[in-house]
Amino acid sequence: MHYNTGYHGEAVPLVRRFVELFRDAETVCVPSASCVAMMREHYELIARNEDDPRLLAEVQALLPRVFEFSELLTKKLKVTDVGAHFPHSVTYHPSCHSLRMLNIREEPLTLLRAVDGLNLIELPNREQCCGFGGTFAVKNMDVSTAMLAEKKACVIETKADVVTSLDNSCLMNIWGGLHRDGSSVRTVHIAEILNSVKGLAGGNA
Amino acid sequence: MSIRVGKAAKAPAFPIAAHKALENNQLRANVRRATTTIRNKRALRVEEMPDWESLRSAGAAIKQHTLAHLDHYLEEFVRNCERAGGKVHWARDADEANSIAINLIRTYTPKDSTAPVEVIKVKTMTSDEIQMNHALEREGIVPIETDLADMIVQLGKDEPSHIVVPALHKNRTEIRDIFRASMAQPELTDQPEDLTAAARKYLRERFLRTKIAVSGANFAIADTGSVCVVESEGNGRMCLTLPEVLITLVGIEKVIPSFGDLEVFLQTLPRSATGERMNPYNSLWTGVTPGDGPQHFHVILLDNGRTKLLEDEMERETLQCIRCAACLNACPVYRETGGHAYGSIYSGPIGAILSPQLQSLEHSRSLPYASTLCGACYEVCPVKINIPEVLIHLRGRVVREDQKTLKGKLGVENIAMQAAATIFRSERRYEASQRLARIGQLAFERKGLLTNLPGMAGGWTATRDLKPIPSHSFRDWWKSRNNTTWSPKSNMSQGGAN
Amino acid sequence: MTAREEILARIQGALHVRASDPANGHGKIERTYTRTTSMNEHETIELFIDRLVDYDTEVIQVASDSEIAGAVAQSMTKAQETALLAPAGFPQEWLPTSIAITLDENLSHVTLDAEKTVITTCEAAVASTGTIFLVHGGTQGRRVITLLPDHHICIVRRSQVYSVLPEALAAVTANATKPITTISGPSATSDIEMVRIRGVHGPRSLTVILVS
Ligand code: SF4
Repeated sequence: MHYNTGYHGEAVPLVRRFVELFRDAETVCVPSASCVAMMREHYELIARNEDDPRLLAEVQALLPRVFEFSELLTKKLKVTDVGAHFPHSVTYHPSCHSLRMLNIREEPLTLLRAVDGLNLIELPNREQCCGFGGTFAVKNMDVSTAMLAEKKACVIETKADVVTSLDNSCLMNIWGGLHRDGSSVRTVHIAEILNSVKGLAGGNA
Repeated sequence: MSIRVGKAAKAPAFPIAAHKALENNQLRANVRRATTTIRNKRALRVEEMPDWESLRSAGAAIKQHTLAHLDHYLEEFVRNCERAGGKVHWARDADEANSIAINLIRTYTPKDSTAPVEVIKVKTMTSDEIQMNHALEREGIVPIETDLADMIVQLGKDEPSHIVVPALHKNRTEIRDIFRASMAQPELTDQPEDLTAAARKYLRERFLRTKIAVSGANFAIADTGSVCVVESEGNGRMCLTLPEVLITLVGIEKVIPSFGDLEVFLQTLPRSATGERMNPYNSLWTGVTPGDGPQHFHVILLDNGRTKLLEDEMERETLQCIRCAACLNACPVYRETGGHAYGSIYSGPIGAILSPQLQSLEHSRSLPYASTLCGACYEVCPVKINIPEVLIHLRGRVVREDQKTLKGKLGVENIAMQAAATIFRSERRYEASQRLARIGQLAFERKGLLTNLPGMAGGWTATRDLKPIPSHSFRDWWKSRNNTTWSPKSNMSQGGAN
Repeated sequence: MTAREEILARIQGALHVRASDPANGHGKIERTYTRTTSMNEHETIELFIDRLVDYDTEVIQVASDSEIAGAVAQSMTKAQETALLAPAGFPQEWLPTSIAITLDENLSHVTLDAEKTVITTCEAAVASTGTIFLVHGGTQGRRVITLLPDHHICIVRRSQVYSVLPEALAAVTANATKPITTISGPSATSDIEMVRIRGVHGPRSLTVILVS
């Protein structure tokens, strides 16, 4: 949020903090594609701009062990069926950062297709941004709302019960818009779907 | 110095202009239809190219290489162009370029002529950048735009809203009304065929009688001194062939090292710009050819702020642009607002980085924020300009400049960002702030929802609901969970993380 | 300081870290895109015809030079045209005897504007994009003669057709400083609601006579 809004100096301590916390971790799993994208695309740059070779080395050592949630399952753990049960029709919104910065395209769909009872419906014009964009949503509220309107219309068109994604920020945005319209479509992070078992369908209303 | 980018200096901030644009449903429908059509056509034509990514990389590499040796290639271009009978002029800024053009037009106009001096023009965004038409009109010179879309914009006393299809915000009926009013053709229908035929007839006599043309250039080729103009309608060929005098306005970043480099750009530009395998016409000429075309050829090489973008490597990327507008057609923000909201003749993602930089961030300061950083622009850019990265870089410059002023320091956003940075640095503070927020939000909670928050967050809740921070966080859950080991098939069932 | 000196000084000031010799750097640019293909002549010609037709170009194939005049007459009859403009020095045997011929001996623009049909040869062509290269002068004519008339008939030899753009561009490089026009279909615009309209200012029809 800081870096993307232009508060570059303010982002440095956050990078340091992250390295401090996770430098000893074997694997870091991040349930947000956008956060992983920030790390992969900018942490090195931030360390370089700080002229701090130690920070840079630590960032470089840590980054290969950082995975987005669906990446971790499919690429590192090589799992496609997690044995989940989720008896709902679901549509998938590929968040911009997962799609274009992490190049995650098929992984989440593979995971979702393996979920028992889940009816996966393709979202029309799915690669278009939902209009969130961090501080964009408040700085450019009108445009953000117009973009969200298009996304909402596409979601409604699918008649799905649930929208899922790799990013909670997009889901917060989409839910906020749908809910304001009185729609009952729920937004559920993919981790929650994969964490659902028979008799206990995850996700919050 | 008078660096000018269209009317950007007087334009309202993007959110304000966008608000107005969003209320115009006709405009939005026109923009949406046009951008969707081009974007689909482009995708089709790009898909059939197995070497597309290689072409993009080569295009980026050629441009980067040229910019790293810009002085060398400009001088080579000038030498070769002048050897072939052209004359090159250099212009530091908008005013200098305009006065060079005006002097040239005066020089080639017979002293005893009493009729108003006319010049025909073929699409040049650069001339809109320096507001050449206004400058000419002030001197009593009549500029005649000849590209169909530019003509629609000029006759409708409008501004271009797109860099390839400047009138895409107008539909056929609006265009018919403009033509009816200005061409004395009350019977004209709104069929695109009829409108096009009317334009052909209107312009043909002007092409034949006008002695001076002003053009832009897509490429200036150093090793041959040639200039290349890429077009579809044939108005370019008319302007480049029929008049006695040709004045070509070229931004200094348009130079490429070699004739052979066209093999990259003539493949990527048409596919990116209009979704065609090749546009109907490309014209290439070198200086003056006796017996064929204009016998007086002048080039104006324009800086107008471009050299300021060279120093920083990330900013320099901006100058790789070949003005294909693929980023505009791909942009979900442009799709909603159209081009006018950007307040600059360069709109969409490229406009959001180019306009503020040319003007040293003195104007168009809200444009770097007119993006969600979704990356659609970067994905389609045929010369691989990482626009989101440049946007973030420019936001950094805006913030640093603002923080130097007291007003900026005390701004809501700065204070919030500083506070958040402090909180995010420590988990104790983060957890405490979550607890505090839970209490704080009680005042705004209605039926378990946040619907009407004050301050900056009000921008959110004006049109969207917000779920309150849950009473239990993931961190709480993680701390309290059983120490079950996770395995794929024996799914853990402690309940979802809320 | 002149504007030239000042702009060059700004550039040199900004580019303080200089890479080495420009020519060397330019030569090292990676070009992994398709520069030649292994398409045979038959495939290339098939593709060329497909692309020409796709952009509304009339294609007439003839087996030898002696059939060119007949093909020209055929195209003009179909278009109900009766007079033909050709560059000065154009081979007589390619022109139909039944049609009035005007040779371009530096004709004025107004005279040329009254001409309906023009014939030229070309320098090279690209199959994958359906593009014709004119290197102006000689039998390819001055630029203006293929611009003002409404119908352009162009003679293309099969041996002049390359499969991809880089090959054709290489073939015209020796003439790079002559005026060059590339033509892909008739003039067109999509400026009004993205509807493609054929024939704005340039010729409204294009005919290619493809000669073996
Ligand atoms: S930035 Fe890239 S995509 Fe946008 S107009 Fe320039 S070249 Fe085209």
